[in-house]
Amino acid sequence: MTRDTSTVFAARDDARAQGGTSADWMPYLPASTSPFVPPGIDPTTLTWAETVAPGGYTSKVVARGTRIRLTDVTGDACAHVLVHSAVAPWERLNVADTQKIPWQAYLGAGHPLLSGDGRVLATIVADTSARHDAFCGTSSDAWNERKYGDAAPEGPSPSGRALFTLAAAKHDLTPRDLPPSVSFFQGVRVEEDGSFRWLGSAGPAEVDLLAELPLIVLIANTAHPLDPRAAFTVGPLRVHAWRATPTRPDDATTPETHRAYLNTVDYAEARGL
Amino acid sequence: MTGALIPGELVRDDHVEPRAPWSAVVAAGHVLTIVDVGGNQSADCLIYADADRTERYSVPDTLTWQGNAYVREGTVLRSQYGNPLMTVVGNEVARQDTIGGACGKESNTLRYGHHTAHQHGCRENFLAEAARHGLGARDVVSNLNWFMNVPVEADGTLGIVDGISGPGKRVAIRADVDVLVLVSNCPQMNNPCNDFDPTPLRMIVTAP
Repeated sequence: MTRDTSTVFAARDDARAQGGTSADWMPYLPASTSPFVPPGIDPTTLTWAETVAPGGYTSKVVARGTRIRLTDVTGDACAHVLVHSAVAPWERLNVADTQKIPWQAYLGAGHPLLSGDGRVLATIVADTSARHDAFCGTSSDAWNERKYGDAAPEGPSPSGRALFTLAAAKHDLTPRDLPPSVSFFQGVRVEEDGSFRWLGSAGPAEVDLLAELPLIVLIANTAHPLDPRAAFTVGPLRVHAWRATPTRPDDATTPETHRAYLNTVDYAEARGL
Repeated sequence: MTGALIPGELVRDDHVEPRAPWSAVVAAGHVLTIVDVGGNQSADCLIYADADRTERYSVPDTLTWQGNAYVREGTVLRSQYGNPLMTVVGNEVARQDTIGGACGKESNTLRYGHHTAHQHGCRENFLAEAARHGLGARDVVSNLNWFMNVPVEADGTLGIVDGISGPGKRVAIRADVDVLVLVSNCPQMNNPCNDFDPTPLRMIVTAP
């Protein structure tokens, strides 16, 4: 088909003719129109529905109490995630506290994603993968250039940091605002001598995060830095979110998380969140 | 044995009081020796590229590039861009921690209880010392802990346990570029990172 864009009127018609086109990776707007509504969820309650491209990124500001489901569709997604408080973004994910406070390095159901301010930003409330990583962070440009020959966000093997930098900039956040991240769906374990053992994927799986405060959520869907495959390999990542109920202190299962939710609720109530 | 771990011309030799912060710019090629004067005293540490202080120490990049969760002699301490900031060139303990992060008033309430909320913490030291250099909360990231012991068990359980350092033990780190180094001489009274009794540190900078 020959496209006529020789005049403004023709170009306008040409552009408008693209409307309504579907793609494999796209946001579904309104969210209720998602072709992949999670089972048991009323589509009209969805507040975020999207498929993130392999090598793509996304971000969203979500309300306290939002439940966010990440779905690794093919078993090759790797969701690098950062969360910042939407009301005070200098409060953000602190990976050291996230591992140290629960006395547990490996992320799984029930694990809090803590800020450095003694509060829970999000809780992992469901997990069918159990292969995640809070040690290795995401890839840098130097890492992907060495490994794949390219790291540009518009290129064939974008680095997680390049994608995070763009996602953050959409919220007026800069590289100063990008601390170490966690990643979901590609597992890493630490051996007795400290060396890392690659677990890789558990196959198609889901992780649900519950926002305990209003959050800026940044997601980069790019290869885990320790992924041993020579070719850059990533699958699509689906995101669906809906309104749910924040965790209550009495729901906590350990003394550390009990106090973390006490701090979080205290902050939210004082701030009127 | 109390001097610099790597021979060289003395540039500075600072005594850091228990619980206090310290900072200095260490020139490329110079070596910082940290002396654990009393033994088992955690020296929480952050590093910034002096030329661009938005480039800073990155735990995950350091660990990923070396493929190991612990810091030892030879470990290159990298920034979030993967660039070398400093390299461990001498080390008198088995391994050094960079997983455990820093204590703070806020996180202490989770770890020990709200009765600890008024105790001093490394996060306060970092924020106070960072402010002297025009840096703030956005610049404070996960850090190194010289002389602290944080093993990871097979099931992922991890935590701060009895130290493997002792009086006079040292670590030496060479600046690969000009760096700003921030140290909190950990005030923590509730875990074994300083034998429940904070003791001094000595910070010696030498030019080889």
